[in-house]
Amino acid sequence: MLVHSRGGRWAVWIVFFALFLPVFALPFLVIMVASFATSWSGAFPSGMTLGHYQELTKGDSPHALLTSLVTALVASLAALAIGTWAALGAEALRRRGRRVVDALFMLPVAVPSVVVGLSLLVAFSKPPLLLNGTSTIVITAHTVLVTAFAYQSVAAALTRLDPAYEQSAASLGARPSYVLWRVKLPLLLPSLTAAAGLCFALSMGELSATMMLYPPNWVPLPVTIFGATDRGALFTGAALAVVLMASTLLVLFAVSRIRNRASYR
Amino acid sequence: MASVTLAAPRRGVPRWLWALPPVAGLGLVFLYPMALVVWQSVSPDSGGHDLSGYGTVLASTGFQTALLNTVWIAAGSTVGCLVLGFALALVIAFVPFPGGKALSRFIDIFLAFPSFLITLALLFVYGTVGIVNGIWTDTTGAAHGPVDFLHTPWGVLLAEVTYFTPFVMRPLLAAFSQIDTAQIEAAASLGARAPRIVRQVILPEALPSLAAGGSLVLVMCLNEFGIILFTGAKGVTTLPMLVYSKAILDGDYPGACVVAVVNIALSVALYTLYRVVLARGAGGARRAGA
Repeated sequence: MLVHSRGGRWAVWIVFFALFLPVFALPFLVIMVASFATSWSGAFPSGMTLGHYQELTKGDSPHALLTSLVTALVASLAALAIGTWAALGAEALRRRGRRVVDALFMLPVAVPSVVVGLSLLVAFSKPPLLLNGTSTIVITAHTVLVTAFAYQSVAAALTRLDPAYEQSAASLGARPSYVLWRVKLPLLLPSLTAAAGLCFALSMGELSATMMLYPPNWVPLPVTIFGATDRGALFTGAALAVVLMASTLLVLFAVSRIRNRASYR
Repeated sequence: MASVTLAAPRRGVPRWLWALPPVAGLGLVFLYPMALVVWQSVSPDSGGHDLSGYGTVLASTGFQTALLNTVWIAAGSTVGCLVLGFALALVIAFVPFPGGKALSRFIDIFLAFPSFLITLALLFVYGTVGIVNGIWTDTTGAAHGPVDFLHTPWGVLLAEVTYFTPFVMRPLLAAFSQIDTAQIEAAASLGARAPRIVRQVILPEALPSLAAGGSLVLVMCLNEFGIILFTGAKGVTTLPMLVYSKAILDGDYPGACVVAVVNIALSVALYTLYRVVLARGAGGARRAGA
């Protein structure tokens, strides 16, 4: 306890919430409320309505949501597969090789996402690999961007893993593939699901690289939100943002349920 | 059953071969395109290969303003995040209150959302027809509210401080949880007041996490695009914004690649510094990368 006087503690807490609430709680609260309002230029919103959501059921929004969900699902599964494989492969290497693989897989975090988008445009706009204008290029960009996070969490989990399990399995005559499949991967399952959730959430909200790449028939939700706010439809944008946040949270919640089940097994 | 035989090292493919397929995949979709960006930046549209693209772009005022904007907004945001994050984490860790745990969980959720949502929310609060200006015009009867900074660098700064502060708080909270409270009690019983305890006991312990969190936030601010795109500010051009506008709006790929190379160099250099700081910092700082 740093502050001993009762009055002092209250003063600190009041300052804390005076900073915390407007900075962190207000943004999401404002978006939530605005999505139900018809106008808001005063202390309180006016004209509460479900109209913005009804609007969303028509038009392009359902397709945008589906696009985002498919993109995030495919990208995070691919990232999980590649990241896990790379982390397992790197673990088997000597220290030097492991550091090289580490650096290579963490590099996409350092490079600006816009530049990742640009690089894919430059590389895949001409044959033999003509991906520009397809959904594949968007999914590829998302995979590149989130693989680093999958790699990082699986690699961190591998260093925490007790080597006694695989050693005893191997000493009982289990083949390496059997050890991997029946011992290592089940032990890694909690970290794998956590990584999957993180990758999914990041991909759902990805805007920078997507803005560089999206073809007209594959427009993810963040781009739709930008389109709405850019043409001044702020309240529609807010409703779309709520849809984005809700679907992300729903998937994160489902993933954490799987994770709990996995860790109780 | 030969159950007692210890597993001998199996003959087969060498170990490094297992790491090859994912690295090859990364090479195809990331390293090869990056190399092409560098190649494109020295290949002007007029043909041939030279550094003339760099000369033109680096000398243009548009690029210089963008570079200056990027650096000072990122540096300012980082300082803001460090100060705010340190203060908030200090209270959560050392002046605990009921519900503090729930708050740290809330911060985790915060990190799962995209950055541009902050700008969208700020548009409702500080926009020209937003809440603050609305209250002002309602109470004073003026035609316009006084608040109009969202389209300036200050709006970007506010949004970035809001969004990136949790990235500083997480490693800090991890570091704070490892500080022995007996140390603080001892300092307090020897007559040290709270500011002095913070300065002489807590701050030295937190420095590695502050450095790690700060450099991570600096890199992410340099690379930030969504927040700036959503402010719709024509006056605030940063390097990622310049890459986007050159490539997509102007169709000038060699120019965009030149800016991209500068941006990559800046960010990767700082990110390398971050990894070095992270590797040096012990204990709590190690979790900063999450």
